[in-house]
Amino acid sequence: MIFGYPLLSVVIWLPILFGLLVLATGNDRNAQMARVIALVGAVLSFLVTIPLYTGFDRLTSDMQFVVHDEWITRFNIFYYLGVDGISVLFILLNAFFTPLVVIAGWKVIEKRVAQYMAAFLIMSGLVNGVFAALDAVLFYVFWEAMLIPMFIIIGVWGGPNRVYAAVKFFLYTLMGSLLMLVALLYLYMQSGGSFSILDFHRTPLPSLTVQVLLFIAFFMAFSVKVPMFPVHTWLPDAHVEAPTGGSVVLAAIMLKVGAYGFIRFSMPILPDASHYLAPVMIALSLIAVVYIGLVALTQADMKKLVAYSSISHMGFVTLGFFIFNEYGIEGALLQMISHGFVAGALFLCIGVLYDRVHSRQIVDYGGVANKMPVFAAFFMLFAMANSGLPGTSGFVGEFMVIMGAVKANFWYAFAAASTLIFGAAYTLWMYKRVIFGAVANDHVAHLHDIGARETLVFAILAVFVLVMGLYPLPFADIMHASVNDLLVHLNISKIPN
Amino acid sequence: MDMQTLYLIVPLAPLVGALAAGLFGKLLGRTWSHRITIALVGVSFAASVAIFQDVMAGHVFNGTVYKWMSSGNTSFEVGFLIDRLTVMMMLVVTFVSMMVHIYTIGYMQEDPGYQRFFSYISLFTFSMLMLVMANNFMQLFFGWEAVGLVSYLLIGFWYTRPTAIYANLKAFLVNRVGDFGFLLGIGLVLMVFGTLDYQSVFNSAHLYVDDIAPIPGLSVGLLTAICILLFIGAMGKSAQFPLHVWLPDSMEGPTPISALIHAATMVTAGIFMVARMSPLFELSETALSFVMIIGAITALFMGFLGIIQNDIKRVVAYSTLSQLGYMTVALGASAYSVAVFHLMTHAFFKALLFLAAGSVIIAMHHDQDIRNMGGLRKYMPITWITSLIGSLALIGTPLFSGFYSKDSIIEAVALSHLPGAGITYVAVVLGVFVTAFYSFRMYFLVFHGEERFGKADDAHHHEHQGDHDDEEVATDHHHGLAPGQKPHETPWVVTLPLIMLAIPSVLIGFITIEPMLFGDYFREAIFIGENHHALTEMREEFHGAFGMALHSLMTLPFWLALAGAGSAWFFYMKRPDIPAAIKHRLSLIYTVLEQKYYFDRFNDWFFAGGARGASRLLWKFGDVKLIDGFFVNGSAKVVGMFSGVLRGLQTGYVYHYAFWMIIGVSALLTVRTWFE
Repeated sequence: MIFGYPLLSVVIWLPILFGLLVLATGNDRNAQMARVIALVGAVLSFLVTIPLYTGFDRLTSDMQFVVHDEWITRFNIFYYLGVDGISVLFILLNAFFTPLVVIAGWKVIEKRVAQYMAAFLIMSGLVNGVFAALDAVLFYVFWEAMLIPMFIIIGVWGGPNRVYAAVKFFLYTLMGSLLMLVALLYLYMQSGGSFSILDFHRTPLPSLTVQVLLFIAFFMAFSVKVPMFPVHTWLPDAHVEAPTGGSVVLAAIMLKVGAYGFIRFSMPILPDASHYLAPVMIALSLIAVVYIGLVALTQADMKKLVAYSSISHMGFVTLGFFIFNEYGIEGALLQMISHGFVAGALFLCIGVLYDRVHSRQIVDYGGVANKMPVFAAFFMLFAMANSGLPGTSGFVGEFMVIMGAVKANFWYAFAAASTLIFGAAYTLWMYKRVIFGAVANDHVAHLHDIGARETLVFAILAVFVLVMGLYPLPFADIMHASVNDLLVHLNISKIPN
Repeated sequence: MDMQTLYLIVPLAPLVGALAAGLFGKLLGRTWSHRITIALVGVSFAASVAIFQDVMAGHVFNGTVYKWMSSGNTSFEVGFLIDRLTVMMMLVVTFVSMMVHIYTIGYMQEDPGYQRFFSYISLFTFSMLMLVMANNFMQLFFGWEAVGLVSYLLIGFWYTRPTAIYANLKAFLVNRVGDFGFLLGIGLVLMVFGTLDYQSVFNSAHLYVDDIAPIPGLSVGLLTAICILLFIGAMGKSAQFPLHVWLPDSMEGPTPISALIHAATMVTAGIFMVARMSPLFELSETALSFVMIIGAITALFMGFLGIIQNDIKRVVAYSTLSQLGYMTVALGASAYSVAVFHLMTHAFFKALLFLAAGSVIIAMHHDQDIRNMGGLRKYMPITWITSLIGSLALIGTPLFSGFYSKDSIIEAVALSHLPGAGITYVAVVLGVFVTAFYSFRMYFLVFHGEERFGKADDAHHHEHQGDHDDEEVATDHHHGLAPGQKPHETPWVVTLPLIMLAIPSVLIGFITIEPMLFGDYFREAIFIGENHHALTEMREEFHGAFGMALHSLMTLPFWLALAGAGSAWFFYMKRPDIPAAIKHRLSLIYTVLEQKYYFDRFNDWFFAGGARGASRLLWKFGDVKLIDGFFVNGSAKVVGMFSGVLRGLQTGYVYHYAFWMIIGVSALLTVRTWFE
């Protein structure tokens, strides 16, 4: 408690409190009030996270801003919070996106405004909880709880096929989460009755078989969220049915939670299983990069296309993790941040078009640049960032992971670098068909360019995409100590020879 | 002002111009947009001149501007290496860019995207300068991709034209294929050397001469692998066979950028890069051989295609491809300075030829077909004379700039002992004839002979007449002159750059050959291995620029060039029936040439079509059928089936339950007695 108050608690509970406050405004007669309160809450919730960055000690890999209170003493369960160089950035990213989502939904959402805004604020707090929790039970609670607002967002404000999407997601997640719970209980026993994740890191697990089983249990939970091939097919459906704000948070934040799980649980707790199963993880990651990259090429629905592109980009993340070198892991973490900005921005771009034309089909567009030049310029920037153009944030992570992959095995890098071609192909081909060309139809002819509210959101994202691309050092600096520590953990075998 | 500030000004001035015209173009208006961008490129040029003087005084700079990021023990930086090679490129880039900026005022004056265009070309200038000034591979890659982006934006500048947006996507993707290799090459460099800084890599390169590349399953020399991967990048950017396919299509962009990007500067990035990497390439003869042969194929076969083109810009485009092949050949022959020398002379005369072609296009009201021209020299004397100068320089007329560079390339190949040097020599010598033939075919058809314009009666022509609003200019490039209308010389903003470029096209070779090739201009920037002595031998034979010109009169290339120009005159001025007859007789060859050796067809079918097919197949069968259909919905179905069966058991009748209970009890008892 550097600042004399439990900062992380504030970071978690402030947005949730504001969410409840927004809910209290009641029905749509007070919609404007709900919006204003939501915006104030979201901005405040972001502002309170800034000390996490400015006050962060880069020299240590220890947990910082630790909060340690009693919760369920009988089972040694604590209200235990803390961040290191890996998790702190995701809290900032998450808090950063909440105001953007609120602004983006300002006019678009007209029904049940209060509930919509509240769902995002509450979810934001819960996701912060996932990243800050150092007690496994607390983590599990946040992990499961954050799904509820997401289900509601898709289920209430979603598209026509939202039930199928929600059920599919549920089917996918349920089994994985339960297995993770089993794994956590096993670790509780092994560690002599502790639920502290940091104790798990030190818990001896001398049998490779046990480690592999635990790894699989965690894998079931985390791989679905990333999502990794072959458990990825819920994501395109969920995106297609989700409202714009839902898609943005899903892509920018939710997917990061799964990858975070690997780096917080699987890798440090199970170093031997991680090494043992690394070839499998790498293979799945490369399939995600190449196979999904190809699949994205011919998608007719823009949201599906960007959803597949997300899976392909997350393939870089898991690839970077499991090649076990600094370039790879730091590249993967940077890729996660950048993907948040870029995929979030792309979903907002699609949302802008959808709000006007009510279609996400590529064929319904063409020549949008004629009518929306400012929008086309922003979209170009984000499309290029999605293609990994140097100078944008999209480059940094991909570049580092490819550099790391060459170190691990040249052919990994060879397969991964194919994204240079495929990534550009699917993104720019979509861009060409939607934005370039002559005005395709009456809908396009009647388009009006983005207004001040939309421009503000895009401008903020554009600045971050460029800043991170041109000067990623501040993003990378903060994670060095923790990543080094992780690599040390990974290299200490838990199996006695 | 200290030098380091000056270094920063060179790239940042055009960037500021690009941002001003791009973000505040509407506010600034047309006039201020071009004033600001031109002034800032001018500042950049002036700063380059000052830096040139400083470098000539012996000051080489190699330092960091800022730390981009770090990971592990490696730090990735943005920095400058300012030596003689860099400063020469800086001068060429800023000078040609400035000419093109001025020219654009005239060429784009009716275009609605005027400010956007200035923003793009200034952005390009920035990117290209970052590329040439880099002191490390990461920044090189940044500049490399950034110029690719601007090229993409500019080819697709007229974004409503289907051909333009096809061409720009194609250009970007083909370049990405090259960058794929390039990035892997950079990856190997980082892995082996642990740094991306040029100087550190070059200094320790010789330690790895005998190492095998860490590529499982392949036993290739480490440096060979690195060099070939890097060169694949150069093949994309410098449009070498078989990644040349994007360059002719890039002519869909407005002419000023064809001059700036697709002739003078960006496409030479690959040449520059290999010259910069000479300390690496010199250590791998295999890579050099590869480079040379690729260059030879490009130089000759792309030249052939120039012969049958009728679009004025495409003729110049194919000649660019062929000349880039010449430069590449020189690189392969370890004559890096000769390649860079040709790069420089070519930048001037090719920019000149393109801008002159643009001037003709303006006069012809955007008709680009040379069959509809003829006799233009009467109407546009400045364009005529400057075009003639450009063509003479291109075909290597003694005393013109192109002569010195091209003749030196041929000489260097003749002295090379690498495998493949023999065929390469034949290709480059034959190429001289081809170059002269297509250059003068175009020259005669455009400026001499019968006036064929204003006759084409195409119906669409009348529709557009008098209908010169902005959108039309932007969407339709097949205007042409109305019957009876005569072409006019273009305004001074167009002809001034022509004259400014014509001067170095004549003189620059004569003046600079001695210091650049045989003096010690490049002594510190370019490294040549001890056993590669083509240049040393040439130096011994060199007796002044004038002597070289005199001597050439007795050599084969001179006579081949003369024969090429002469036969062009004979075929297209004297006996125009002969080409028609040849075309008829050799229709097979003609078709192959017309189809550009079927590369585009093949790529469209195999790569583009193949990728789309694979995509649909993987999606439909992998995701939809197998994963979703079988596993996901399948398991849902299985669960549903089981629950159906179980539901069947829950009938609600007491006697059904009693019946099952009895069966259960008896089954348990049976099992129990059995175990006992």
